[in-house]
Amino acid sequence: MTAAAFAAALALGLLGALAGMAAPRRVRPFVAGSCTAASGGAGVVAGVAALTGHPWTAWLPHLLPLAGTRLAIDPLGGLFIAVTGAVGVCAGVYGIAYARPLGRAVQAVTPLFLAAMLLVPAAASVSTFLLAWELMAVASLLLVLAEHRHRASVREAGLWYAVMTQAGLVALLGGLVGFAAAAHGESFARLREAGHALSPGVRAAVFLAVFAGCASKAGIVPLHVWLPRAHPEAPAHVSALMSAAMVNLGVYGVVRVGFDLLGGGPVWWWLVVLAAGAASALYGILQAVVATGLKRLLAYSTCENMGLVLIGTGAAGLLAHAGAHTLAALALTAALLHVVNHAAFKTVLFLAAGSVVRAAGTGNLDALGGLRTRMPVTTVLFGVGALGASALPLGSGFVSEWLLLQGLIKAHGSGGTPMAVTMPLAVAVVALTAGLAVATFVKAFGVGFLARPRSDQAGSAAEVPDAMLLGGALAAACCVLLALVPAAVVPGVARAVRVLVPGPDAVTGAATLRLHGVASTLSPLWIAVALAVALAVLRLGVARRARRKARLWDCGMGPLSARMEYTATSFAEPLQRVFENVLAPETGVHVTPLAESSYLVERVTYRARVGDRIERRLYRPVIAAAARCGEGARRLANGSVHRYLGYGFCAFTGVLIVLAVTR
Amino acid sequence: MTPAGALGAAAQVVLVGAGSPLLVGAMRQVRARMEGRAGAGVAQPWRDLRKLLRKEAIAADGTGPLFRIAPLVLAATALVAAAVVPIATTASPLDGSADLFAVTALLALGTVALALGGLDTATAFGGMGASREMVVLALVEPTILLSVFALSGRVGSTDLGAIVGSALHRPELVVSPVSLLAAVALAVVVIAETGRIPVDNPATHLELTMIHEAMVLEYAGPDLALVEWASAMRLTVLLGLFANLFAPWGIADASGAMPPVIALPIAMAVFTGKVALLGGALAAGEVFMAKLRMFRVPELLAGSFVMALLAVAASYFLA
Repeated sequence: MTAAAFAAALALGLLGALAGMAAPRRVRPFVAGSCTAASGGAGVVAGVAALTGHPWTAWLPHLLPLAGTRLAIDPLGGLFIAVTGAVGVCAGVYGIAYARPLGRAVQAVTPLFLAAMLLVPAAASVSTFLLAWELMAVASLLLVLAEHRHRASVREAGLWYAVMTQAGLVALLGGLVGFAAAAHGESFARLREAGHALSPGVRAAVFLAVFAGCASKAGIVPLHVWLPRAHPEAPAHVSALMSAAMVNLGVYGVVRVGFDLLGGGPVWWWLVVLAAGAASALYGILQAVVATGLKRLLAYSTCENMGLVLIGTGAAGLLAHAGAHTLAALALTAALLHVVNHAAFKTVLFLAAGSVVRAAGTGNLDALGGLRTRMPVTTVLFGVGALGASALPLGSGFVSEWLLLQGLIKAHGSGGTPMAVTMPLAVAVVALTAGLAVATFVKAFGVGFLARPRSDQAGSAAEVPDAMLLGGALAAACCVLLALVPAAVVPGVARAVRVLVPGPDAVTGAATLRLHGVASTLSPLWIAVALAVALAVLRLGVARRARRKARLWDCGMGPLSARMEYTATSFAEPLQRVFENVLAPETGVHVTPLAESSYLVERVTYRARVGDRIERRLYRPVIAAAARCGEGARRLANGSVHRYLGYGFCAFTGVLIVLAVTR
Repeated sequence: MTPAGALGAAAQVVLVGAGSPLLVGAMRQVRARMEGRAGAGVAQPWRDLRKLLRKEAIAADGTGPLFRIAPLVLAATALVAAAVVPIATTASPLDGSADLFAVTALLALGTVALALGGLDTATAFGGMGASREMVVLALVEPTILLSVFALSGRVGSTDLGAIVGSALHRPELVVSPVSLLAAVALAVVVIAETGRIPVDNPATHLELTMIHEAMVLEYAGPDLALVEWASAMRLTVLLGLFANLFAPWGIADASGAMPPVIALPIAMAVFTGKVALLGGALAAGEVFMAKLRMFRVPELLAGSFVMALLAVAASYFLA
């Protein structure tokens, strides 16, 4: 079952790529999109089959020279394959209509990208894993660059992404190859056997290298700089695939290597993970709350959510090290459930954002507004996603954040002073993140979709084609299901967790979630029912009356114009002021006086921008140093043939001298 | 769902629904008397609600369905919170929904609905109120969760019924440093969440300083009645929760010997007294205080956050 479905998923991905290249132009988007969706569907089947107890391994010695290909799908891999596949279904359906004007390359590479992502969690040897990883990176890079002819900013984003993803690969390659060399074998089974027995120095080096490589893929601060650049420039369904599926694989790499292959590690490893997660969650959501570009905001929200996942992972590692396996399983269940939830709501959000950009021609929140009358379905879809992302009841993120907080609170008492110090801070970070996420998504939804259009472009937007709505609606349905009946997926997540942390399921129950060993319960379904009953009663009792139209309060000055509305920038200004020390916004006021008198003002210009401070402080100096080295190197090569011959002569003499001295 | 729980929930909803406007009236009366005015009487909020409910419903120009549904959502979340929070009984009717996170998030959902309603009006005041309310909400959240963290330490659960029940059985826990620090932190949070002085002024008429009132500026008639009623209910629920977390005596215990028919009326009477006392103290405090500048509010909330952090630290090191 697993094998057949997985093979079908890969075959359909390749078929989609061929169709994207060769099919006639008229049917090309439909065929390529359908193949992508079908490949994703087969991936879901394979993943669910692996989760329900049909693991699968394969050894294909002739597929790759030297190393061969080794595949294995266990419940952990199955979970990530199922999530990736589900995102692929939505993105494929959406792409049928969305990718029509985008050209051949996007349609051919998208199914290939999905197939590569499905392959990563199935890889069971270092060479296969790295190959799938690189295939995924290159395919996504091609997709990010899809519109490079139209906008110069695409090229810059592509360059950033290429450098970050390849640097990540180098780290991952170094770590895993070193691991394989020390373990005298490259299959994951061999690494698992040898992982415990390696020297602590080697284990730490492997873990840190793998963590750095995976963190750059997951968009963890400070390796996140590619996310807010690549997402706004990539096509929307590619953004959804990258932000809802690809970043998860960074988490997969960390838990696979950290928990499974290395078999856990000392306290400081997990403190590093926890600290990176906390920094990422806070920094990501602070940038998201002040962002004005819709897709940039969503990209930073991805940083935040992956940070939350890493907080759960780090806490689980600490607990497992302290021997509290039940609580470790709880924290890890929370983290992996958040991966699933994040995939669901981020898919909806990116697809809806893509529809907005396509229909209104801009993703700038300061220029949007009023879409609820012009694009009602898209508005509802974005609303469902935003509710999930803001961790409020009736949203999917609420359940996993509740589990995460339960895990962190319970971890406080077990594991000694490191836990006692870190857990309250982690809870505070999660709580502040949750509060700021609410503000972020109230801004995104309230300013972007409600009120009145703030520009002519937004005023002339029209609803997008049905296929795009259907793609978003599928993901929104998943969001609603996850929010109301989390028990539908919790057993699967628990099985994946059991691969990493032995012991009983941490979370059980049907309508009410019960935690193993912790006296806390939650029933999202009952909360929803109670709210619905209260709403119905109130609606019957109070609000059922004909309404008279009336003017808004305009202070008696006449009708209000759209220029008087609060914009996204003004909405976030108080928070920007509160967190001024972290965000370091750049503002400038320039007053031009009249020529006759310096006391009379002719014009005032105000400029405000919140850049990425980490990028400015950490990356700019490195880039500047590299550029200086390049300039210096250029002076060495001035075009004179004599000089080049001189260099050759000196080098040759040098080599001879070295040889003469050392031999 | 146990019969005792269902009975308790119904009693709580009725008590909060009917009593909360009276609480607001009593608080206004205390203020009026202390400021040397006669005051309008304790029942004035109910008379206002009746007047508003009889008016015709208004659809402000350019507003959409969210603007209309927001007061309903606000009132519904307040009602559900009133049903699940241990006000008169520790037996929760909805199994496992009396979790403090869930209640906080539920109340936040109501705030978010109202903020979206404010943004939907497309006026500067609506947006301004929504923006400020979100700032307060975002900064209040860490304090609430950390206080819960500190209080949950002694019972090993974040279930409100369990926390209140444990304080009932072991009164010495209530005067521990953990409890006192958490109480100070939560007091600031309750003031901020309910929009009282010094964070917000519920009686203000100056739009530029408003938080909550700016957000609801466009509501009129029955909609405004719902918003006012829901705000009063939220005030009652939060004050009652605060009272029962730190002085739970009199509440009908789920495991108690008294049958609920006798215990519930007693608990409701005691609760009314407790909330009236707290509300009176709050109103009296407001007479001597001015509203803080908007950008000083984060400092106040940061202070409460530090208190909560100290409470958590104390809960570990003094345990």
